Amino acid sequence: MKRLLEGLVWAFAALAVPAATGEDLTPDALVKTVTQDVISVLKQDKEIQAGDRKKTIALVEEKVLPHFNFTRMTALAMGVNWRKATPEQQQALVNEFRTLLVRTYSTALSAYRNQAIDVKPLRAPPGDADVVVRSEVKQSGTEPVTLDYSMERTPNGWKVYDVTVGGVSLVTTYRDTFANEVRNAGVDGLIKALAEKNRQLETKRG
Amino acid sequence: MNRATFEFNDGVDRVALKPLAEAYQFVLPEPIRIGVRNFFANLQDPWIALNQLLQGKVEEALSDGWRFIANSTFGIGGIFDIATDMRLPKHAEDFGQTLAVWGVDFGPYLVLPILGPSSARDAVGTAVASQAYLPWQLPKWLDLDHRVAWQNSLTAVDIVQTRANLLDATDLLEQAALDRYAFLRNAYFQRRRNLIYDGNPPPLPPSDGQSGAAPGERPNGTAGAPPGLHEDPPAPREASPTAPQSVDPKVPTNYEAVLAAGARRAAGGE
Repeated sequence: MKRLLEGLVWAFAALAVPAATGEDLTPDALVKTVTQDVISVLKQDKEIQAGDRKKTIALVEEKVLPHFNFTRMTALAMGVNWRKATPEQQQALVNEFRTLLVRTYSTALSAYRNQAIDVKPLRAPPGDADVVVRSEVKQSGTEPVTLDYSMERTPNGWKVYDVTVGGVSLVTTYRDTFANEVRNAGVDGLIKALAEKNRQLETKRG
Repeated sequence: MNRATFEFNDGVDRVALKPLAEAYQFVLPEPIRIGVRNFFANLQDPWIALNQLLQGKVEEALSDGWRFIANSTFGIGGIFDIATDMRLPKHAEDFGQTLAVWGVDFGPYLVLPILGPSSARDAVGTAVASQAYLPWQLPKWLDLDHRVAWQNSLTAVDIVQTRANLLDATDLLEQAALDRYAFLRNAYFQRRRNLIYDGNPPPLPPSDGQSGAAPGERPNGTAGAPPGLHEDPPAPREASPTAPQSVDPKVPTNYEAVLAAGARRAAGGE
């Protein structure tokens, strides 16, 4: 249980893959650069350390978002229901899901405590367009938490479409909830639930 | 029923555990909290080593045994985790995993009072492990004066420090999840499967067609995998870690069945 929950923190901290000019970088080099990039900002920025949420969100938007394929993430979390949604509904889902992940992510950053993050060299043939970059977060007294990025090659460079923490896939974890919501209230019901959640977080946190 | 227990646990947490954990975190400086965490983590290592052995992993069992000895002595009763720096990393093993390796099914998902997410198999594992819970057993075995006071205090501190270690994570869960119950249940399935296979589970078949899903085929067609969250016991460990696989949607093989069961329970007035 404990590992699981700690893993969740990293699931979101993981979203901090940075926005280096990533087109020619190999996926593992990209993950490494972005991780170092974000960590160095975290270590230096006093306002972020003091809990400045706006600034944290800005950091995420700038460094992390460009390396994620949120459409693919949303589609995977929706499963079969993705095809039942109209293009407008799909767009709304992607927007709300992205907002939720960014908000949550900025909270995860505040949980960072100088743990060492070790990105493993990629063990995939160079031609692969779909790879998993593995890394480990080390912390005294606990077993390392694995942090794996599922990435795909796109015309705009490598993009992350799932993050797996200690074997728990972020995208998969949302599946039950999304499926329940769609079954009970339809695709629009899910959009509404996500929007409602985002509104709550906004009013609560300012 | 599970959901009711979940709500109950949540209530207990809100009024008792979480406030205590927050006070603990507020009062004690971080280096002390790390020492406390290491102390209790060290007391788990003999049980972890034994489970490695029961799963036939002799090398890991020895590593965890040395880990316990090194930390108990040079690490001053486990307060300092020096073993990790000696390349004796902490492992995550428990009796639920051992049962899985022996071929016992996952069984139904259960939420245990206070303890949280579990399964029939893991609940048995927890019950057995409680007999090896050192903060409780050591005062008895050593026949300490004020035995009961020792047992109660050590256990209470362990509960509070464990909860304190989870504060960041539960705050995050609160934000991330639309439905924390469903979120945790799904994460639990995935996490246990990963642990049973020591971080290298075989790929699962895709549960359903995904628009935008990778066209890449999976290395071994597992389409004929038996239903049920139990896995076949992992094969004897291979030396080489599995190469990164193309990651198709990772979902329990009986994902649909689990969902359907959940729906039935909900409809039947859980």
